[in-house]
Amino acid sequence: MKRRLFLKSAMAGSAVATAVGAGLLTPSMVFANTADFKAVSDAATASSAGAGKGSFKFKAPKIAENGAVVPMTVDASKMDGVTNISFYVVNNGTPLAASFNLSGAAAGYVSTRIKMGKTSPVDALVTAGGATTKVTQEVKVTIGGCGG
Amino acid sequence: MGSIKLKPKARKGVIGIKALIKHPMETGLRKKKGKIVPANHIVHMVVSHNGNVVVDADIGSSISKNPYFKFNVAGAKGDTIELKYKDNKGKTGSATAKSK
Repeated sequence: MKRRLFLKSAMAGSAVATAVGAGLLTPSMVFANTADFKAVSDAATASSAGAGKGSFKFKAPKIAENGAVVPMTVDASKMDGVTNISFYVVNNGTPLAASFNLSGAAAGYVSTRIKMGKTSPVDALVTAGGATTKVTQEVKVTIGGCGG
Repeated sequence: MGSIKLKPKARKGVIGIKALIKHPMETGLRKKKGKIVPANHIVHMVVSHNGNVVVDADIGSSISKNPYFKFNVAGAKGDTIELKYKDNKGKTGSATAKSK
């Protein structure tokens, strides 16, 4: 009788432990990293809304077959004092893909590859001399790149 | 975690820096067999040219797996380019290369 009780309580205890472990693990893993980035993303959302049309080149495919790898290039080499280049995917869960702060000898040029969940307009934001401008291009995605 | 390919190439006073970092770039939203794959992606990257920071990037989870970046920096052959990154698990990686 005592042995059974002991086993029962031990099992109940371990079940709780695993539940707590799982409960603790998942959210922190998902959210811990994004706290800082979310602030940057929110700032980008704000500046994106008020940005005028930019006079730089933004190269992105019109149709991306694979949303997991979408190449993008921003060429603002002709603009002076470029301090920031950001890629902003409107329909992604976290819209900001990346924000590059440029300084010193860096030219206004960034090329990278991003993931897109679904078809969305993509904004390239360039900040030069304190003013933010953007160029938007619609990218059609046939296969999403975020899970799915 | 993983290796970095860093290839700076000077041409007409401009160094084109191509970088390829091996990294899984998990968003933390993807599921595999019903379980969420924990997030594991680069959050911060710094590129310096002869010791001066030229690119300081905040990187989100929506950059592709094994991310590729290209930057242009004014400079000449023989300049030193260094790339450092940090991911959300606190792991860091770095690579140094001399411009060709």
